[in-house]
This record gives sequence, C-alpha cells and structure tokens, in this order.
Amino acid sequence: MFEPSESQRLIRETARNYAQGSLTRIASELDREARFPAAQLGELAELGLMGINVPEAYGGAAAGAVAHALAMKEIAQGCASTAVTMGVNNMVAETICRFGTDAQKKRYVPEITSGRFVAASFALSEAQSGSDAGALRTTARRDGSGFVLNGSKQWITSGDRAGVLIVWARTEQSAAKPAKGISAFLVEGGAKGLHAGRHEDKMGLRASSTVPLTLEDVRVPATALLGNVGDGFRIALSALDGGRIGIASQAIGIASAALEESLQYAKDRRTFGQPIANHQAIRFMLADVATELEAARLLVLRAAAFKEAERPFTREASMAKVFATEKANHACDVAVQIHGGYGYVSEFAAERHYRDVRVTTIYEGTSEVQRFVIAREALK
Amino acid sequence: MDFSITEEQRQLVETARKFTRERIIPVAQKLDEHGTFPIDICKEGWELGLMNVEIPSEYGGLGLSCLDHVLMMEEINYGCAGIGTTLAGNNLACMPLLLGGSEEQKRHYLGMLTEAPIFAAYACSEPDAGSDVAGMRTTVRKVGDEYVMTGQKRWITNGGYASWYSVFGRIGDPKDRHKGVTCFVVPRDLAGVSVGKKEDKLGQRASNTTDVLFEEVKLTRKNLVGGEGEGFKIAMKTFDRSRPWIAAGATGIMRRALDESRRYALERKAFGQPIAQFQAIQFMLAEMAMKYEATRLLMLKAAWSIGEGRIDAIESSYAKAFGADSAMAVATDAVQIFGGYGYTKEYPVEKLMRDAKLLQIYEGTSQIQRMVIARNLLAQGA
Amino acid sequence: MQIDLSEEQRLLRDTCREFADKELRPNAKKWDREHRFPAEAVKKLFELGLGGVAVPSEWGGAGMDNVSYALAIEEISRGCASTGVTLSVNNSLYCDPIAKYGTDGQKESFLTPYARGEKLGCFGLTEPQAGSDAAEQRTTAVRKGDSYLINGTKNWITNGPVADAIVLFTMTDLSKGTKGITCFVVETKTPGFVRQKADEKLGICASPSCTIFFENMEVPISQRLGQEGDGFKIAMSTLDGGRIGIGAQAIGIGRAAFEEARDYSKIRKTFDIPIFQHQAIQFMLADMATALDAARLLVLRAAWLKDQGKRHTRESSMAKLFASEAANRVADKAVQIHGGMGYSKELDVERHFRDARITEIYEGTSEIQRLVISNLLLK
Repeated sequence: MFEPSESQRLIRETARNYAQGSLTRIASELDREARFPAAQLGELAELGLMGINVPEAYGGAAAGAVAHALAMKEIAQGCASTAVTMGVNNMVAETICRFGTDAQKKRYVPEITSGRFVAASFALSEAQSGSDAGALRTTARRDGSGFVLNGSKQWITSGDRAGVLIVWARTEQSAAKPAKGISAFLVEGGAKGLHAGRHEDKMGLRASSTVPLTLEDVRVPATALLGNVGDGFRIALSALDGGRIGIASQAIGIASAALEESLQYAKDRRTFGQPIANHQAIRFMLADVATELEAARLLVLRAAAFKEAERPFTREASMAKVFATEKANHACDVAVQIHGGYGYVSEFAAERHYRDVRVTTIYEGTSEVQRFVIAREALK
Repeated sequence: MDFSITEEQRQLVETARKFTRERIIPVAQKLDEHGTFPIDICKEGWELGLMNVEIPSEYGGLGLSCLDHVLMMEEINYGCAGIGTTLAGNNLACMPLLLGGSEEQKRHYLGMLTEAPIFAAYACSEPDAGSDVAGMRTTVRKVGDEYVMTGQKRWITNGGYASWYSVFGRIGDPKDRHKGVTCFVVPRDLAGVSVGKKEDKLGQRASNTTDVLFEEVKLTRKNLVGGEGEGFKIAMKTFDRSRPWIAAGATGIMRRALDESRRYALERKAFGQPIAQFQAIQFMLAEMAMKYEATRLLMLKAAWSIGEGRIDAIESSYAKAFGADSAMAVATDAVQIFGGYGYTKEYPVEKLMRDAKLLQIYEGTSQIQRMVIARNLLAQGA
Repeated sequence: MQIDLSEEQRLLRDTCREFADKELRPNAKKWDREHRFPAEAVKKLFELGLGGVAVPSEWGGAGMDNVSYALAIEEISRGCASTGVTLSVNNSLYCDPIAKYGTDGQKESFLTPYARGEKLGCFGLTEPQAGSDAAEQRTTAVRKGDSYLINGTKNWITNGPVADAIVLFTMTDLSKGTKGITCFVVETKTPGFVRQKADEKLGICASPSCTIFFENMEVPISQRLGQEGDGFKIAMSTLDGGRIGIGAQAIGIGRAAFEEARDYSKIRKTFDIPIFQHQAIQFMLADMATALDAARLLVLRAAWLKDQGKRHTRESSMAKLFASEAANRVADKAVQIHGGMGYSKELDVERHFRDARITEIYEGTSEIQRLVISNLLLK
C-alpha cells in the first residue's frame, strides 16, 4: 500500500546517489555565484531524470508521477535550484507529450530528455496575472496560416536558457469568459522577437534562472499551436496540478536537508555541558519537524499516485502543496533556530535552505490559492 | 509612563481577591457541575461593590473606571469565569443607557440596580444574528406615538434573572441593515416579555444564558434609548467599552492556569524528577506567562484609554482577540501539563479550558475582532 | 505504489460508517450527557466482528489487517468517540498482546471470547504516579508457590468498570526498573480486584474508566503473559499498536467536527451571505480538511507497517501525535465556525471539542510521543 515499486525505488536511488554525491558538494557554490547549473542538468539528463514521466519512445523513463515526485525530493535535497530547473524541464516535456501532435513530440521531447536542450520553459505568468491565469494579456494574432505573438511574461524559470518554451497567449478577447480565449504555443529559443530581460535578483534559488520575457512580433507557424485554439487554459491548469506535486516534493527535499543538518548540529553542538540534542526543547522541535515532513511526504505520494492512476487529483495536489511547503518553511526556520548564530551565516547550509524554501509557498499557486481550491472542493 | 496602580485600586483588588478565595473558589466546581446560578455570591458581591461598578455615583453606583473594573474582574475570573460573566452583566446592560439614555431613564433604571441586588441584561444577539448586529430581525412597529416590539433574542447573559433589558430592535426594512437599529429599555414585567429556553453550555455554566422573547410588546418614547436608528452606534460603542472586560476574563483564567500548572509541575514526578525540570514543561510555562503578561498590558492600555476618553475600537479589539485566543491556548496547555489528571473534574484546569472557549465567541468572535482591527487599520491614513 | 483500499477494507469501512450514522450519531449526545456506557451498541459492533478485527479467525477474531482496524475505529469514533475507545482498548490493548505473547491455553481462555466480542477487556498500566513513565510502576506481584500475590493501584483504566478481564502490569522486582515489570491477564471477578467509582471526565463521558485497587489478589502462574521481566517489552509493543487506534479515533472525532462545520457554514448567514463565502471560513475549512487527510495517511501507514510485520514505533508515535493535535485544532475551529451554537450542548460540536482533548493525553501524551520520535531520530 505504501511501498514504492522496484522501478520507483531505482529512480529514487539514482537521484539520491547523484544528489548526495556531487550535487550537495557544489550547491553552496552555485548559490553564492548565482551560477546556472548547466553541467549538472546535463548529468541529470544522462541519468534519465529529464523525462521521468515521459514515454520511452521520446527518450523518457516512463516511470510515472510517483517516481517523478521521489526524484524531485532527492534532487532538491542536494540543490533546490537544480531541482526546480529539472522540474520545469520535466513539466514541459510531459505537457508536450500529453497535448502535442506526433510531430511536436518528436521534434522537442527527445531534445529535452537527452539534454540537448539544457532547459525548457513554461511561459504563463505575467506582471499582472500570476495565480490568476485567466487575466493574461499576451496576444496571438492570426497571420496567414500562422500566428504573431506580442506581450511580456514574468518570472519565467530558465527563460533565457530554454530550447523550447510553452507560451500562453490570448487568441480571442472575450470579456465574458476570459479563460476561453487562451491558447498555448511552442516557441523555440532564439526565435526572432523573443527577448529575455535581466535576471531577477532573488532571495533564494539563486542558481536557477528567472527572467522576464518580451515577445515582439514573434512569428510562429500553425504547427506551433499546442492542442487547439482556446485549449490554453485547460492545458495550463492540468500542467499546474502536476507542477504542484513537483513543488511540494521540492519543498520536502529542501526541508529534509535542513532536518538532516539540524540533527547533526544538535548532536555536535554543546551547551550547559551537554549536546543540545539532550535538551527537550531541541528534541521536541526535531520531532515535530520529522512528523510534519512524514505527513507531507504521504500527502505528496498520494497526490502522485492519484495522478498516475489517472484519477482526479486537483484537491490532493493542493493539499500536498500547501501542507508540504508550509511545513517545509517551518522545518527550515527550526533549522536556523537550532543552529543559532551559525544558522544565520552562509558557512552553514541552513541559511541557504531558509532562503530557498521561502518561494515554495508562493510559486505555482500561493498557499492562499491552494486553500481556495481545497475549500471549493470540500464545499461542493 | 507609570505602570503602578493607585492605593484605591490596590484595595479594590485586595477585596476582590479575598472574596474570590473565600467565597468563589470553594464552590465554583459545584456551581459549574449543576449549572447553578450563583445568586448568593451575587448578593454578597453586590454588598461589597463588585457589581455595577461602572455606574456613576450620581445614580448610586461606585463610579469606577474601566481600568478599576478590569483589575477587579481579573480577580473574580481567577476563581470562576462563569461568575465573572454574571457579575459583569449589569454593567453591560447599563452601558447603552449611559451612552444614550435620558436623565430620567438613568435615574430610574440604573437606580434600581444600585438599590437592590437585582439584575439587568443586554439583549442584542439573535438566533441568526450574533456578531453581525446589523443582521438582526427583531422588529419594532411604530403605532402613533408608540412602538410595538416583536422578536427573539438569544445568548442573553442573566436573561432569566433580569428585571429589565436593554434591547435592540429594528424600525423599518431589514435591507437597510444597521440604519434602522434602535435601542429600548424594556422592563421584564411588561406584557409580552418572556424568558425562553436556558442554554446548556460547554463552559461558564454558572452563568445564566437564555433566550428572551418579545411578543407584541408595547413601548413608549420613555423606553426609547437615544434616537430612532441610533441603536447600531450605541451597540458598537458599548462593545468598544466592554471588550476590555473580556480580556480581564482572559487574564483571570490565564493566571489561574499558570498558578495551578506551576504548582503541579513542581509536585508531579516523571522519570525520577519533577516535571518542572523538563524543558518541554518549562517552555510551556514560559509561554503561558508571556501570554498572560501581554494580554494584561493590552487590557490595561485599552481600559486606560477608555478612562482618558480616547476610546479606540482597535485597542479594545486587540485586547479582546489576543486575550481570548491566548486564554484558550494557555488553558489547553494547562490540561496538557496535568496529563490524565487535567482531563478529570478533580482538578480545576479542565473547567478553565471549557470556560476559556467562550471568550473567543461572545462579545464578537475572534474573527469579528480581526475584521474590526483590519477595518480600522485600513482606514488609517486614508 | 498504490494508496487505494482493498475491496475488503472498503467494505468494512462502509459497514462501520453506516452503523455509525444509524446507531451511534443519533445517540451519542444522550450517552455523553447521561455518562452511560453504550452496551447495546458495543454488543452489536461485536456481532459485526469488531471485537478483534486483526485477531486471527482461529482465535475468534475477524482475521483482517490493521489497516482495516484503523479504518473501523475512525468510522466508529466519528459516530461516538467513547464507543471508539471502548473498541480500541479491547482490540489493541487487550487482544493484541495476548495474541502476540499468549500461550495457546491463554488464548483459548482469554482471547477467543474477547475477540468474538462475548466479553470485554481492559488494560492496566497507568498508576497515580506512573503515567507515560512506565518505569515508575508500584503495583507489586510477589511469587508464592504456583501463584502471585498482587497489590497496588491502577488508574484511568478505560473499560475498567465494565470489563471482564485485564491485561495487568506489575513489578516482580522493584530494583530492576523497567526490567522488573511482569504482565498478567486476570479476570475482573478475581477476589482482590476492587473497582473504585467511575472517573468524572471532561470528555468521552460514555466511556467508563476508573481506579482499581488490587488487594492481595491471587493470580496463578498460568496467567502470566510471557516471562518475568517481559512486561515492559509487552507494554511498549502493545502501545505501538494502541497508538494507531487512538490516532484513528482522533481522526474520527476531527472528521465529525469538520463535517458539521462544513455543513453549518452553508446554512449560517452573516452580513447577508452564507459564512462559507467568507475567506476566513473557507481557509479554516481547507486547513481542517488538509490536516485530517495528512493524519489519516500517517495512521494508515503505521497500520500498514504493522501488517507487514515491520517495526513501526516511530510511525505510530508520529501518527498519534499528529492526529491527536490535528483533531484538537479541527474541533476547536469547528466550535469557532459554529459561534455561539458551537458552545451550546444542543449540537454535537461541543462534545467533539471535549472528546478530542483526551487523545493528546492517553496512551502516551504528545510530549511522550515527541520523546519517542526524537530518541529514534537522534540514534
């Protein structure tokens, strides 16, 4: 009932070995230099982690949503920036597999899974539309057989590195049903008129790239349309439900690293003649964190299992995300507290975890949006 | 800034503390168990000046300030919050008259309370309109110079014992929300006034809480408190002045919980030492003490402001919401420190937990307080 | 990985849910008020096989797994928390140690009738000065020929006033601390078994508990469970299972409170709209639902590990700690959403609020769970 299958275990071990080996060692350097983990991403592709839930025909591992969640947690435990970049790559590959034509899948997915594209992007958010995707303003005007895209995007992970971007734009202005006029397009990196702006100077996840994009008369052929005209909103929501599982896993990964370090530090550090681990005040914090992370992990695995079984999982994904990300924030806060002054300086990883974890309650739907979704489902 | 209390206040606190120790604590458990109204305690409290404290001296009261009152109330609530609520009931009933009543009304109705140990009650809430005062449905029809009131009030403290009620009803259309709400003072013996069912409550069981029914009750201008349509304003101003009292209930409960827990933690042993030696218990006690102190400061500040005539809804709401939520947390922790014993009626802490819960509900729920606070915050500087 | 229930598990859950809706929910308030043990309802549940859900069928049990057991306790407790703990004690604390440590002879006399639900068991570990700290036991058992003479006091014995037998922990050697603890199974009609009056409690008022005095109670050696000194091990492994039951009970209470709050939020209006349309209420409901789901997953995982025969001390403690604290938060919020009505004994929520509180205390307080968890973490 609660046991991972053999293939799930294999993916988890692969990810764990890589994360605990080279990734953990370089994470603080990547963070300090805000260096994009291009080399690491290439190695992850070689390990088969860039298309975990993608059919083998396109270079994926076809291991399912649970395996994806397990891998995300492990990689994030090593380096949260690398994990989020990997997560977006997987999400884009999966979305193209789910909604794309044969030609689209053949053209783009193997590029992502093989690592030939170092990254892929999910270009949905705009300055004035974050969690409320229905309000987006980028336009796609029909031009002959193709489309011309104009507008700007905000907070785009890997936006300047992506070989391919899914770009959402409005194909129809409808005041009554704003969500209906949105379509999704596959735009290639380097397309004429596509410009990445300055890197966001972020508090955490500093090794991941986050940029604004502007689209000035970006011309795409009709074959760039993902799904049908007007399918964009549906595609975005379906991808985001899965994305929430990914972010929840990422949060648990970061928090697990923080817990591990807290345990170690509590055993090493002495006050009043004994290791601080002997003080109940410290022990009880650790017990609470471990318990909350276990509960979070089970919520995430349940959501992933539902997704894998192709059952509705909106409610489960939202529960997993709000619970895991908030408890993960708590775990990282406790880690800083237990480390005392050392938790506040970059010499110890606790400080990085504290910064990295903060965004998890914000992106891919804030905690407030998740609560809104859960309440809506509960009150149905 | 001076945090000391005056000599008069010290004496008042001393009197209340002695009364609590000798008369309330010994019987609180039993009154709670049977939901018995503390009539004898009220009579003695009345003699000692522990009721009607905020009624001005010209109407026979003690004319004490809100600050005096909360200092005294903390002591009473230390012994029993149900009795605390009962003793404070008259003050709440009087507040609309003090705010909007005529000289004649004040002399007559406030005088009644200071002449004999009897009760009055504030009747605002209804089955479907609690904290949302503007949603009330009690109607007042104008017939010539007279008024006819019909409606059902709920959660009325001392409702079954009151000789008169300050009642809020609506003149006009319910769609007008707060605009038509009007306050009346209604003697219990008028035709059509009756007491409905008594609530069987989770806690504060010594306090009498009932429905009060008004069926075609004929009233005149003599019963009108303030002007027509001024009721909502009067009710809100009443709350501004009464919410610090709830914070006093909270400080009383918390100080009791803390005292009981400290004593028990020093006595009870586990793993070969008093549980007070464990950091987990120490930290709980520390947390409890901080919550008590912080509530007390918020309460004193709000009460002091009222005495200075600088009445600020936000301060009263800070004290009420923070105090009520803190008291709930502190009483819950006290039960936890006592373990299995805390769950039984042998020790007072389970009662503290039941009593505390009401603080988060009456006189505006903790949620309503946050609405008040947010509304006032957002209006600042606009 | 699959998280679905089996057909058999689902069937048991649905049966219990239906029973709770029909037989327990309509009566729970009355039983609580009258402090009345719901003997009839317990009897009917026993007829359904809930005396020993996870006890093998050869010993009179239903022969199901612990996941089924946890699901059953949740559903029953959603209807009536007192009935839930009555069953939990018989299953986890009484039948379980006998099934695990008893001889065939002991099982025949002391397990089969109890697993079949013809008789009711209880568990005697706690003493006035030894609650979660079992090493402080002061009840003594002194060997005398082929029997033991037992003297001492146990308190908070759930089912104590109505039970037919007790799994009893004593000290056979006070000098050895936890290694001196020895376990017996004793019928309550044994001379020297003296019940005191029933405890008066904040909640679970329909679950009778009491203090028991043992006055020169003579118990034959054949009723000793395991060897002398095995008692601590038996107690701890029993509590690992018992905590699953209490975790499940807590979720049942929390769910009852949540469902009532959810339904009430649709009816009750303030400021002219149903209160569920206020975000403050929606977010409370969302947090309540999320906490209960997380708690259930922790409880089912611990039960599943037990079914696999794996060590589950840490997982049981996590499940119990999290579920009991979640249930209390949920019940508190449910009262809050009901406002004044939540404080009144007219509705059920105030009972849920009182009932939930004990789950953080018995079978190891939250503090003890945190000790257990942190000890294992820091190993």
